[in-house]
Amino acid sequence: MIQALSSPLTLCLLLLTAWGIIGLAGLIRPSSVAFAGRTLFPLGAVCGAALACVAAMSLATPGEQTVLPIGLPDLPVHLRLDGLSSAFLLLLGAAAAGISVFAAGYFRRGEGTAPGLLCLQYHLFLASMGFVLLADDAYGFMLAWETMALSSYFLVTTQHRIPEIRSAGFLYLLIAHVGAIAILLSFGVMQGGSWRFTFDAMRSAQLQPGWAAIAFLLALFGFGAKAGIVPMHVWLPEAHPAAPSPVSALMSGVMLKTALYGLLRVTFDLLGEPVWWWGLVPLALGLFTALYGVIFAAAQTDMKRLLAYSSIENIGIIVAGVGLAIVFAGSGMPTAASLALIAVLYHALNHAFMKSLLFLGTGAVLHATGERNLGRLGGLIHRMPWVAWLTLIGALAIAGLPPLNGFVSEWLLLQSFLFADELPRPFVNMLLPLGAALLVLAAALAGYVMVKFFGVIFLGQPREATLRSAHDAGVVERIGLAWLALGCALLGLLPMQIIPLLSRVIQPLGFSGLVLDEGSWWLLVPLPERQVSYAPLLFLAVILAVVLLTIAAVRFFYHQRVRVGAPWDCGFGRLNSRMQDTAEGFGQPIRHLFNPFFAMIRELPSPFDAAPRYRVVIGDRIWRGLYLPLGALVRRVASAVAWLQQGRIATYLIYSFVTLVTLLALML
Amino acid sequence: MSAFDWVAQILGILVALLAAPLFLGWVNQCRAWLQNKSAPPLLQPYRGIRKLFYKDAVIASNASQLFRLAPYVVFGTMVMAAAIIPSVATRLPFTKAADAIALVGLFATARVFVSLAAMDVGTAFGTLGARREMMIGFLAEPALLMVIFVASLISATTALPAISELLATQSLALYPSLAFTAVAFIMVLLAENARIPIDNPATHLELTMIHEAMLLEYSARHLALMEWAAALKLFNYVCIGLALFLPWGLATQQEPFALTVALLLLGAKLVLAGAGIALIETVSAKLRVFRAPEFLATAFMFAVLGLLVRLMLGA
Repeated sequence: MIQALSSPLTLCLLLLTAWGIIGLAGLIRPSSVAFAGRTLFPLGAVCGAALACVAAMSLATPGEQTVLPIGLPDLPVHLRLDGLSSAFLLLLGAAAAGISVFAAGYFRRGEGTAPGLLCLQYHLFLASMGFVLLADDAYGFMLAWETMALSSYFLVTTQHRIPEIRSAGFLYLLIAHVGAIAILLSFGVMQGGSWRFTFDAMRSAQLQPGWAAIAFLLALFGFGAKAGIVPMHVWLPEAHPAAPSPVSALMSGVMLKTALYGLLRVTFDLLGEPVWWWGLVPLALGLFTALYGVIFAAAQTDMKRLLAYSSIENIGIIVAGVGLAIVFAGSGMPTAASLALIAVLYHALNHAFMKSLLFLGTGAVLHATGERNLGRLGGLIHRMPWVAWLTLIGALAIAGLPPLNGFVSEWLLLQSFLFADELPRPFVNMLLPLGAALLVLAAALAGYVMVKFFGVIFLGQPREATLRSAHDAGVVERIGLAWLALGCALLGLLPMQIIPLLSRVIQPLGFSGLVLDEGSWWLLVPLPERQVSYAPLLFLAVILAVVLLTIAAVRFFYHQRVRVGAPWDCGFGRLNSRMQDTAEGFGQPIRHLFNPFFAMIRELPSPFDAAPRYRVVIGDRIWRGLYLPLGALVRRVASAVAWLQQGRIATYLIYSFVTLVTLLALML
Repeated sequence: MSAFDWVAQILGILVALLAAPLFLGWVNQCRAWLQNKSAPPLLQPYRGIRKLFYKDAVIASNASQLFRLAPYVVFGTMVMAAAIIPSVATRLPFTKAADAIALVGLFATARVFVSLAAMDVGTAFGTLGARREMMIGFLAEPALLMVIFVASLISATTALPAISELLATQSLALYPSLAFTAVAFIMVLLAENARIPIDNPATHLELTMIHEAMLLEYSARHLALMEWAAALKLFNYVCIGLALFLPWGLATQQEPFALTVALLLLGAKLVLAGAGIALIETVSAKLRVFRAPEFLATAFMFAVLGLLVRLMLGA
């Protein structure tokens, strides 16, 4: 009994159930903010931390299976915990711990849904994500997947009295379900005629190459809709600003990764050995998504929309990495493939921490100021130092700057791109380096976006008088932020402790893993034969040493006199906060350079205007070019079909009769 | 790691720290000569830095701690970069800390901190400079990465010391692919170091400047550190160029003689490189800001050309 209890899978199940119970407990006193905030959310955070610990312990263990007799008769739920699930459970638990702590201080009265109900939806969302990662049959997977979609839909529409939020939620639900249909079809193809829907049956099914490709593309479409690959990205910039910040953090930091998990599970586990050319599709889509996302992020003026587009960019990087891993794995290059897949997992883990951190930071700003518009913020580093400095860590990390974590995964991915010349595929091997250049362009643009994000919100002068009364986040919220910032720092500084674990995670998926030079604990040598090395700790130590030495030397040799005066500004003297760059101004070079990407409406004032007005609206070409025509088409088809609905009982009886006769004719 | 390695390492850092302002002075002097002006003394940058250290620092009342911290961080990253780049010797203790890609990341860190500091006081020029600097940065990085890609495809590694050792020990066969990428690298170097076709280091004309606009609010020791860091950045970029395209003479063995020869050769190469930069700056005109993407796209295309030459012809 004790042995059974202490198995990692049982522990994970208990913790996920605990989340469910915590959620239900919210219904005891549904309208009490204090009960949900002070008791339930911290408990949920503890569960998250425990889940992360259990998952971290079981990263290297071989798979463990169990069958739960719940659900429909003869359809029990199969569960399985292996390395890949553990890696994502670790991500879920660790990120959820930080977000839940923050949420404990975040939710206030009067924000739409009652706090107890919110607590139920929130924890149901967490638990369903956990079950998605544990599911070992299509039935259990889809059940958890749909619970996840629905619970997050209700969380997005927390402030359901606002029409825009309702329509954002609807868009999210729609795309989630279009994706779910594709996933279901993909499972249907993968059972390969055995009509058994356990993942084991799918693993052993022998698919024709054509059918396998179809299953892969369906899975890519289905999971891509959830992850936000262009052109299925349109729901992200709508749903993320609509949701409360902890929910945005969970959706962006964790839920998008469950889609990645699904894609990896299908591609490398269920389908067996992927064919190399499959990889070209996610590679091309991913790179385009990364560029598209970051360009739109640079042009945004709403801070949460900006982060949503930045998530699209990161998903693009991740999906491109998956594509690269498939190309290399299918071409007999195990080291390069392992490197790419490790980079993918690492980036997923990184993104969970840094994007959650940034979303929570915007949440704190939103609460302190009531503003989401970048054009009305500024100078908050003086009023909210804690939030500002912790957010700075996230911003630097996501900009891919060493020695923080975003850089590590981008570095690994670039290293795997460098295997291009060994790829035995003509033309593709010449295009791959250009793909790397696109990736670097996206990463460098992410730096631009983050300077804009952090600079406009926290630096400069307050753009509105009301900002002078902004207050810093509470202690509980600070702990949540600090947890995530710590995660960013540790993932950045200790890659050599994490990469061997990830290397073991991918080995059951048919990868060779990496043979790391484990000689030193501070030096990362992923490819000993290439003499490539990276030592973030040394980086930090040397830079810190130089900084401290310089400060000490300046103090010792010179003086420390400082006079505080008005900003010089070239002697202009009448500087005011309206003269700083706005968010629009910061986006102007991007709008100019990448003009073809945007559907832009611009109103310029003329010199003779009595009240000059400048307005620029940035539209998504894909929304106008794909979704609006598609919507119109659906509406036209629907109105054509509506002709059938005559509203007279006799007509409907005729329909039934005709159907019956047709069926009989077919049967006989 | 022997004690000698550490001596060589510290020597490398000290050479970079001390020679960087001198190199800047040399470029300024060459430029003045080429433009028929009377040149400032070679040691003028040192005098400027010394003067600034003695002055009282004036800080805007609404500046945050980030503003005061940034010069130190930027200076620190540049010293770190100088420690990594094989300017004199190749096998040094710190060179393992980063390869060429991490070096690009290090420069990006410095750039982000300069830009954030420029936005901190909230002046029109500061934010304008920050925005332009970041724009040049994201345009230059892909081109720079392609340059590194070509060099690392030839030598199957991205570690700078290994690349220059391999290129230096080969017989004097010049790779055509490297010739193309050298052109690309020089263009990136000019753009990243605020030199003439992109930015004019000699002007304070508001509408054209990028780098200077970001430093307008700095004074005294903070400004001194920023200027020193800028000089170090130029020096570092030139040393990367030398390590990739003119690696001959680097000390691959750790012995005093090789080190001395390498130092003397470095001096000679720097004299030539400085004159070259001054020449380019004299014969070219400053571009409008929105022509900068075309300039850097050209650099990118040159690097891609080098890459294709490498992949298709194996040369």
